[in-house]
Amino acid sequence: MKRIVIHEEFCIGCRLCEIHCLVQRSKSKKIIKAFRFEKDQIVPGVQVEQSGYVSFALQCRHCDEAPCIEACLSGAMYRDPETGAVLCDTDRCVGCWMCIMVCPVGAIQRGAEKRVASKCDLCMGEEVPACVANCPNEAIVFVDDNDDE
Amino acid sequence: MTTNKTPYLIVGNSTAAMGGVAGIRSRDAERPITIVARETEHVYSRPLISYFLAGKVDEDGMFHRPADFYEKSGVRTMLGVEVTGIDTEARAVRTSEGELLEFEKLLIATGGHPLVPSDVSGRDADGVFTFTTWADARRIGDFIEAHDVRRAVVVGGGLIGLKSMEALAERGLDVTVVELASRMLSATFDQTASDIAQHHLAERGVEVRCGTTVSSISSGGGRVTGVALRDRSSVPCGLVIFAIGVVPDTSIVAGTEIATDRGILVDDTMQTNAPGIYAAGDVAQATKRLSGEKRALPIFPVAFRQGVVAGSHMAGGARPYEGGLAMNSVDVFGLPTISVGITSPEGDEHEVLSARDDAEPSYRKIVLRDNRIVGAIFIGRIDRAGIVTGLIREGVDIAGFKDLLLTDEFGLISLPTEYRKHVVSGMGIEV
Amino acid sequence: MSQLRKWLVEPDFIVVRDPERCIQCQVCVRQCANDVHEYDSDEDVVLSDSSDCVGCHRCATLCPTNAVSIKRAELEFRPHGNWEAAVLRNLYRQAETGGVLLAGMGNDQPAPVYWDRLLLNASQVTNPSIDPLREPMELVTYLGRKPDMLEIEARGVSPRLTTTLAPQLELRVPVMFSAMSYGSISYHASIALARAAAAAGTFANSGEGGLHEGLREYGDHMIVQVASGRFGVDVDYLNVAAAVEIKIGQGAKPGIGGHLPGEKVDAGVSATRMIPEGTDALSPAPHHDIYSIEDLRQLVFAIKEATGYAKPVAVKIAAVHNISAIASGAVRAGADIVVIDGFRGGTGAAPMMIRNNVGLPIEFALAAVDSRLREEGIRNQASLVVAGGFRSSADVVKAIALGADAVYIATAALVAMGCHLCQKCYTGKCNWGIATQDPYLTKRLNPNIATRRLVNLLNAWAHEITEMMGGMGINAVESLRGNREHLRGVGLTDRELRILEIKAAGE
Repeated sequence: MKRIVIHEEFCIGCRLCEIHCLVQRSKSKKIIKAFRFEKDQIVPGVQVEQSGYVSFALQCRHCDEAPCIEACLSGAMYRDPETGAVLCDTDRCVGCWMCIMVCPVGAIQRGAEKRVASKCDLCMGEEVPACVANCPNEAIVFVDDNDDE
Repeated sequence: MTTNKTPYLIVGNSTAAMGGVAGIRSRDAERPITIVARETEHVYSRPLISYFLAGKVDEDGMFHRPADFYEKSGVRTMLGVEVTGIDTEARAVRTSEGELLEFEKLLIATGGHPLVPSDVSGRDADGVFTFTTWADARRIGDFIEAHDVRRAVVVGGGLIGLKSMEALAERGLDVTVVELASRMLSATFDQTASDIAQHHLAERGVEVRCGTTVSSISSGGGRVTGVALRDRSSVPCGLVIFAIGVVPDTSIVAGTEIATDRGILVDDTMQTNAPGIYAAGDVAQATKRLSGEKRALPIFPVAFRQGVVAGSHMAGGARPYEGGLAMNSVDVFGLPTISVGITSPEGDEHEVLSARDDAEPSYRKIVLRDNRIVGAIFIGRIDRAGIVTGLIREGVDIAGFKDLLLTDEFGLISLPTEYRKHVVSGMGIEV
Repeated sequence: MSQLRKWLVEPDFIVVRDPERCIQCQVCVRQCANDVHEYDSDEDVVLSDSSDCVGCHRCATLCPTNAVSIKRAELEFRPHGNWEAAVLRNLYRQAETGGVLLAGMGNDQPAPVYWDRLLLNASQVTNPSIDPLREPMELVTYLGRKPDMLEIEARGVSPRLTTTLAPQLELRVPVMFSAMSYGSISYHASIALARAAAAAGTFANSGEGGLHEGLREYGDHMIVQVASGRFGVDVDYLNVAAAVEIKIGQGAKPGIGGHLPGEKVDAGVSATRMIPEGTDALSPAPHHDIYSIEDLRQLVFAIKEATGYAKPVAVKIAAVHNISAIASGAVRAGADIVVIDGFRGGTGAAPMMIRNNVGLPIEFALAAVDSRLREEGIRNQASLVVAGGFRSSADVVKAIALGADAVYIATAALVAMGCHLCQKCYTGKCNWGIATQDPYLTKRLNPNIATRRLVNLLNAWAHEITEMMGGMGINAVESLRGNREHLRGVGLTDRELRILEIKAAGE
């Protein structure tokens, strides 16, 4: 499956990934409108962690053995058979936060508007996730884990 | 009367059984699986029964697998059929309908049954319930509707009691919770967390009586009218829910050589002492990760994982069980809480770090032993709690970043680079 | 932090922010190493204090809504033909600091660029042009001493060359990366230059900062420098590289040595240069063991001895007034390659007065040296490589036509990696991660991206060179070399035409 790989040594902490993830999740999909009117209702799927000059973007790893899927009470967390991505059906999600309890990278957050789990969905439907496309330093790349090193 | 021998027989149709199916199918995509279960419903999520009672989740939201799941997974189901016993010699189970089902491998996933105190008089009255099945939820809901119930008493201030209370309050009932211990949620919370939870409930008009329990139930016309507590006080009510605990349902192995303690004892492949017979979920008594002891651990993700391990071994796999970790995520009337591992440590060997802000409210506690995290509580600020769960599970030495644990900036960046790499399993953060 | 404000010094640039487009995302705040931008959380607005803006464009480039622009400072002086604004600014700064004015990169003064006054030929009718996409075009270039005579043994069907050839560097394209020391540029920049040179089949010069461990694997594509400070020079250093270059001078600051401010000497630089961390790395003006041309010859042959005569030894000199004599002396001193660096050459740090006022344009230096060496009959004894402000493939073609064997580029390579020529390299706060050692800033130069950009640049130039050559009816760079007939001058005086030995347009 195609996965997002992070290169900590190239992350410059600019947070353009967070910005463009927010735009991608907005209704307007236009950056100025999204930031002016929708910013508070959207939780980006990627968060940048930073300490000194070390920084990296962190989003859901779409683990092969996803603890969140195992812990999900409502069956809202599931794996998309086509892309292999772990997705959350927010209509089924009851906000029990079991997923937050078990995610070892802390990639799942509480939604801003609805009481549901919020996390990276690999920008379903897009060829390249927004964070990958907009990282100015190729610290976030999209690779096929079948192309083995 | 016998049927053909089934390669994989699973007794039970809930979380552990689903894990079993996943575990078997991870290694054997072909051979048929048979599920026999007492409950009649398509697999549903047991923890959601309180959401159903509250009206937060509808019928469709209860199901934990799509409608075509059994068909797609090659599972034959016999629902509404009870297994009465096992013949380990003949390698077959007896059903309540007189059938003898032969198996190559058996997974016992019968779960638990609710405790009802034997010394409470009047417990046979109408309107007294336990609350562990979807059918229970329907019955309670119907009863409330039918008799326009306004007040209820929930016996037991643990997790099930709490969720029951919430569901009833959501339906507009006045609820009193009665808890025997000196504080509620005593199994998962420490004193501070219990205080915060109780305070939060009190602010929302929920009455919690600790240090006492129900001594008798009064009724009129066969229906509940109130309860009397041990402290001689009484509470009028039209509904009583007993939520004092669940015990493993091991009745199925009675009369066999399969060893039990409180639950069915299993090794780290989830196998019982009878070869080819496995147990998983609330019925099983398997290794706990932190203590190494065997304890029943009735927790949703633990049950699933045990089922996966059992299933995988039934189909020839070799990956051992890593041990169960006590963990709970429960919302106390809108206040999110998470507890993992040992939250109320005893003895001198533990070090405790905590941070508390009653205004939010927020409470975070980390319990350490030998510079390794063995327990944690998060109330209010539960974000990224899973990182700590991971540190507990992996037994990571936190000495290098102990003072960062409770800071707002704590994250993967606080962890040593190598562990960070390990956490994301190679594909992910490359350092 | 309290510091006496330098009242006379005004901002050079103004940050212009479009409030309609600014979304307060704070990317600019995070990316400016000079703390020009600041987020005010009370008002939810980003404010910019232009006083420290150096005009590097980092903020404007990364702004996701293109809300930021950088303009020249609007504070207008009354126009003056003698006391221009830039002159006044220098005086103010010196009055406040009492120091030597430092500058980075090359001479920025409006002296004539003679490449723009040279025009190339093209073929028509009598000598048809060649289509580079259809016919093989030879750009391969060999740098090193060429023999005076070739002796060939004719044996049967295949003749054999019996002359022993001096060691040569083989270049797939006649462009190399000029000397930029690790220390003046970041490790990421150094490694990108080395990798790109390896990928493109050419060479990168280590500069006088020594050779970092991580670059040793690219030794086959490195030219290491022995400069007056002898930083990092040991026998392994000499032997791992493909060639050794003795740096006598550089175009940006002829007559003085290299200067790396202490702010840019971190642990890595300290280890590679073998000097204490945080100390200024000052190279002496002369090599203190070269006080005559005989001394130079001694050093050249000492290096050849140390490397087993297996590698070409180059001598790099700055283009100064008697360049022809110096070059001739260098050749006779045993140099296999002579590198001439013109006055537009770049630097990480140099006194501004020397950078702007010392040296000669490379166009004249090249023509003069090539002519002189031919006259003396020793042109074959050393390859000529030129440097100093080469901006495009056209400049390269003209240089080769004037007599160069190959061209060194440095500023162009840095620009390809992202440099915006703000000329503040000496502060160590390069926002593009190039001229800095600050780890927060060096992360910004992803070596993979930088390598790719450099290789792109070389490929693009190589292609353009073949297009121009094809247009001239030439299919091998050898035929272009020193072929001044392909050049015509415009806007050049008679004297200039004569020194360049080219005809005027129309002749």
